[in-house]
Amino acid sequence: MKYVVCVRLTPDTEELAEIQPEDVGSGHVDATMVLNPWDEFAVEEALQLQERFEGETVAITAGGDSSIEALKRSVAMGIEQAVLLSCEAFDGSDAWGTSHVLAEAIKQIGDSALVITGKQSVDGSSGLVPAGLAVKLGWPFVSEVAKVLDLTEEHITVLRALDETGMQTVRVKLPAVISVSKEINEPRLASFMGIRKASRMQYPALTSADLPGLDPDQFGTASALTTWTNLRKPPARARKCRLIEGPSAADQASALVDRLIADKVI
Amino acid sequence: MGVPSSGAVSVFVYVDHVQGAARPVSWELMGKAREFAAELACPVVALIVGHHVSGLAAEAIAYGADRVLIADNAAFAQFRAGAYASALRAAIRTTGPRLILVPAASAARDTAALAACALGIGLAPDCQGLTLDEDGNLLADRPVFGGNIITTIAFSGHSQMATVRPRTFPIPSPDSSLSGEIVPLAVELGELEEREEVLAVEAPEVGELSVDAANIIVAGGRGVKGPEGFAPIRELARVLGAAVGASRAVVDAGWIPYAHQVGQTGKNVRPDLYIACGISGAIQHLAGMTNAKVVVAINKDEEAPIFSVATYGIVGDLFEVVPAMTKTLRARLGR
Repeated sequence: MKYVVCVRLTPDTEELAEIQPEDVGSGHVDATMVLNPWDEFAVEEALQLQERFEGETVAITAGGDSSIEALKRSVAMGIEQAVLLSCEAFDGSDAWGTSHVLAEAIKQIGDSALVITGKQSVDGSSGLVPAGLAVKLGWPFVSEVAKVLDLTEEHITVLRALDETGMQTVRVKLPAVISVSKEINEPRLASFMGIRKASRMQYPALTSADLPGLDPDQFGTASALTTWTNLRKPPARARKCRLIEGPSAADQASALVDRLIADKVI
Repeated sequence: MGVPSSGAVSVFVYVDHVQGAARPVSWELMGKAREFAAELACPVVALIVGHHVSGLAAEAIAYGADRVLIADNAAFAQFRAGAYASALRAAIRTTGPRLILVPAASAARDTAALAACALGIGLAPDCQGLTLDEDGNLLADRPVFGGNIITTIAFSGHSQMATVRPRTFPIPSPDSSLSGEIVPLAVELGELEEREEVLAVEAPEVGELSVDAANIIVAGGRGVKGPEGFAPIRELARVLGAAVGASRAVVDAGWIPYAHQVGQTGKNVRPDLYIACGISGAIQHLAGMTNAKVVVAINKDEEAPIFSVATYGIVGDLFEVVPAMTKTLRARLGR
C-alpha cells in the first residue's frame, strides 16, 4: 500500500509580491524556489499515515528538472521514493493535462492506495489538479481534508471542511485522492539524516516515452483548454488615509462611525 | 465526451445552496448570465442539485432563469463530490451550454472541477471578473501568485466554465412575474459515485459568517496579543453583522482557525468595509484585502503599512477603540 504525494516547486511566499507579470509570462520567475508550502502538509500527512498504518511513501512532481528540489525536500522530510517527470512534451499543459500525466505516472508506480495533494500551489493557485487527478484515475475525491480519522485496506475516513456547511465526516473507498488543508498537521522539519539521504539520492527523469498510457491529445500546449493572458499587477492599492483624531477613544470611535454611516458601508 | 458542440447555445448557472438556502453569489451569477444571454441571444439554464430543494426553482426563475433543471433526490441530501459532479455532467450533456458559471464555494468548486475535467471543458477557478470577447468567448479575470498578479484566462472549446468568487457582481432584483420551465433532471449514479459516503455532518457555530461572503469584516492581527484578544473583535463583528478575519501571524500562532485568514495564503476578500485591528499590514496581508471599498486601520504604530491602504485610520489602542466603536454602534443602530 503506497501513499503518493504530488509536490511542486513554487516561489517562496515571502517573495510573491515582488514577482513581475512579464517574468511569469516568459516563464523565468526570479525568486527563491521552495517546496510549495501547501504540499508540506501533504508530505507530512503521508509520513503520519505511514507511522499510523504502515505502507510506503512516494513523492512525485511534474515540473521539469529544476523540480528536483521539491523532491529533495520531500525526501529530507522522510519520503522514501521520488519520481520526477520531466519532458518538453509536458510543457504548456493546463491543469487537466498535468493531471493526465501525473495520473499515468501514478498508475505506473502501482499499488497506490491514496494520492495526497496540497490544497493548491501558491503560484497558479487554481487547486484544479487534485480533482483532475481523481477524474483521470477514476477514483473518489475528497478536498480540504482536516483530519484522517481511519484508514483500512478498503476505506479512508476523513473529516473535511465545507464553507458554511460545517464539517463532514466522509468515508470513501480506496484507492482515492485527497487534498489536505492547513489544519491537518504541523509539517516536520527536514532531519539531518534526511537531508543527507536526499542529497545522495538519484532523481532520474521519466519522459513521455516511459509512460505508454499517455494519450497525446490529453497533454501539452496543443491540448490546453485555458491559457493565461494579459498578466498584470492588481490596480494600485494606495489610498490617502484620513486620520481620525480626538481627545479620547470614545470621541474617535464616534467620529469614525459617523463617517462610515455617511459612506453607507454600515 | 458527449457535449453537444453546436446548435443549442445557452448560458448555464449552477445554483449553489446551503441546506436549501441559495448562496447569494448564485444570484450574482444569474444576473451576469442574463447579460451574457442577451449578448449571445440565448436562454439561461439553471441547475439545482440537492434534496427537498424544489422551492429554489421558483427563486431561480425570478432571478432570470428561463429553464431550471432540478436533480432532487435523497442521494443528494448531503454533498458528495462525485455524485454532485454526476448531476452537473448530466446537465451539461443535456444542454451543451456555451458558458457555465459556478459559485466559488468549496463544494461547488469541487463539483465544477470534477465535471469539467471529465467532460474536457476548460475551467477558470476563483474568478473576480467575467467578460465576453467579440466571438462570444469567455474572458475570466483571476488572481494568481497569491493575489499579486492578475491574469485573464482565455478559453478554447465550445463550453467554457468559470467558478466565481462571492461579491463579484451585483445581485439583481428578483421579479416574480418572470416565467420559466422547471424540468426534473434524471441522474444515474454509477459505481464510482457510490464509493463515497457521508457519515456525519457537524454544523458550524451559529452566527459564524464566512469572510468570503461578508459585507463587513472585522479583522485582528498580532496586536490582539492572544486568543482572548479576539473577544472585542468578535463583539464588534456581532454588532455589525460582520465576519471575523485574521492575519496569517495569528492563525499560525493558533489564536484563531485558518478559515478566518485573509491574505496571500488565506482568503482574498472584497467587502464593503474592512476594519483592520492591530494588523501591521504585511504585503502578504494587503494582497488579500485592498479591494475592500472602505478600509479602516486601528493600530498603535502610526508607521504601520496598513495606514497606506486605509481610507480611515485611528492611531490608538485597539482595546480602547474597538470597544468604544461597539458601544457607539449599539447606541446608534439600536443593537
